Amino acid sequence: MLNWTHIATVYLKELRDSLRDRRTLISMIVIPTLVMPGIIFGFGAIMTKVVKQARSEATSVVIVGGADSPDLVRALKTEKRFRVVEGADDFKTLISDKKVRVAVEFPAGFEAALKSGETKTVMIYHYEGEMKSGLGASDVEKFLRDYRERTVENRLKERGLPLALTKPFETKRQNVAPPEKVGGNIIGGFIPYLIVILCFTGAMYPAIDLTAGEKERGTMETLLCSPVHRLNIVLGKFFMVMTASLATIVLSLLSMGLTVMVGGSLLGAGKGLTAATAVGAKAAEPAFIPLIDPLGIFGVFAMIAPVAVLFAAVLLAISLFAKSYKEAQSYVSPLVIVIIMPAAIGMLPGIELNAKTALVPILNLSLVCKEMLSGVWSWSYIAIIFGSTCVYAAAALAVTVRMFNREDVIFRA
Amino acid sequence: MIEARSLTKTFRDKKRGEIFAARDITFRVEPGQIYGLLGANGAGKTTTLRMLATLLKPSAGGATVAGHDVVAAPEKVRAHVGFLAASTALYGRLTAREMIAYFGALNDLPPAEVRIRTQRLADELDMHEFLDRRCEKFSTGMKQKTSIARTLIHDPAVMIFDEPTLGLDVMTARAIVRFVRDCRARGKTVIYSTHVMSEVEKICDVIGIIHGGRLVAEGTLAQLQDRFAEREMEEIFVKAVGGEAALTAAANT
Repeated sequence: MLNWTHIATVYLKELRDSLRDRRTLISMIVIPTLVMPGIIFGFGAIMTKVVKQARSEATSVVIVGGADSPDLVRALKTEKRFRVVEGADDFKTLISDKKVRVAVEFPAGFEAALKSGETKTVMIYHYEGEMKSGLGASDVEKFLRDYRERTVENRLKERGLPLALTKPFETKRQNVAPPEKVGGNIIGGFIPYLIVILCFTGAMYPAIDLTAGEKERGTMETLLCSPVHRLNIVLGKFFMVMTASLATIVLSLLSMGLTVMVGGSLLGAGKGLTAATAVGAKAAEPAFIPLIDPLGIFGVFAMIAPVAVLFAAVLLAISLFAKSYKEAQSYVSPLVIVIIMPAAIGMLPGIELNAKTALVPILNLSLVCKEMLSGVWSWSYIAIIFGSTCVYAAAALAVTVRMFNREDVIFRA
Repeated sequence: MIEARSLTKTFRDKKRGEIFAARDITFRVEPGQIYGLLGANGAGKTTTLRMLATLLKPSAGGATVAGHDVVAAPEKVRAHVGFLAASTALYGRLTAREMIAYFGALNDLPPAEVRIRTQRLADELDMHEFLDRRCEKFSTGMKQKTSIARTLIHDPAVMIFDEPTLGLDVMTARAIVRFVRDCRARGKTVIYSTHVMSEVEKICDVIGIIHGGRLVAEGTLAQLQDRFAEREMEEIFVKAVGGEAALTAAANT
């Protein structure tokens, strides 16, 4: 029954056929090669630029009711970070329209109250969710906090008390995560998600073309006239779809690696920062290109192989049932959402790898890839995930072979 | 040789229940003979031929094709059958040569042998001009020639033609008819289905009339003419299926 010569013959023909198909070429080669640099480099570059610009630009501030607080207003005006916008009564509209980032409102008689020791509240108006407005509000807040500290220090000095009175102890944060871990966590959830989708879309077009497409064009019947056992035909086709899926992933991982290397040096250089320190250390100029454990990329590839088998088999079984290319597309397209869901859940914070999640296909991949890319190798989970995915894949392949042997599926009218 | 013994194929339909696409079909075709299966659309011609080519499994009954049982050894049957139908298309992105070589390889022919046979078939069918062009750009005539070469690459003893002239222009249809006769001359067992009366008259040694899944009449043209007391094949056919009313009724189900 099983005849590897026949499988190879079918496989090589399908490979040649697919490499001449523009749709397959685009989904298998063009998209995976361009999508990673597009997303990582493009998105990273834009983010870096936007944040840098937002930080370097002076924060426009409207001062409300500062007439009887000249010292404070003067201090605000001399601060380089701020550009004070005068006489704007409709500050709320200005902030909403993004003409001004923040407004600060001093209550009447603020400086007088400060001298007499009375506590008053200074209001900072900002636009929640607007990055520039948020940064501006933080800056104003920091300015006021410094001002308050200076006031406290002056009062202590006046009364001859030690400065430590208000600061009995200090706190400081120290990052212990290696730079890879930070990079892995920041983008580690995102990359498996992308890879899962690419693995699926890479297999999608060949799977449809090799089954429903053949039925529609009438070549399926021609092929079935040959003395080759159907098991060998379906396996030949299956290996082709898997090749497309794996090619998509290899290309996307390669282009991802190149993007990180090139992108890291491009974005990091000039500022004297490498990608690693930019993400790992609390750098003044944050770059959004992560450092990823290179071994993790190999790990991801090893883990995705059984998933590629699973996708190839499922896609073949479903599109085999369809009569035409279009019908198959309408069955398979909603499946993308089914694939995205568990992959997206894996990106959520707090979803951790455990005995249960390790058995959920795709979600387990998403979680373990996140760990591997950040240099953490939980071997027992890796074994469970690899094993369970292999079982799912084998089951899906068995269903596909059964489907191919059903004449009501092959000759569905 | 082809021997069909009570070949039966049933399908299950949600609305109409069990349907007999072919029912109790028995006939025999000897080498060097062309058996014509004549019937209206939906009479059961394609189902019968697909069972002989082992594309479908019979629900009951059986058949022996080129010495092999269609149920027990379908792969061996297919190794000795050339199946050509209006519905067996070519791979558009392969060239004619690649298409022929693919089916040669699927039939376990060594590449050197495939090259020799391709050369010979291209000579016979006058295919050299388009042998290395992709099938998607072919005219119907070129496609038909390539399909013929595809069915002949493994030199099968049995040829099954399912409405091979359907939708073809006159010249191409004539070439097909000539090719079918050629197969007979080479001693192949040929079965040929059609709904075109004139083709049956011209080329078939034995004619089987199929209607509603049953073989309703069988014989040489002369035998059928005697039995139904008609000269014209069309008149014979209408009488055999039970009159025009029966044909209309069958067409409406």
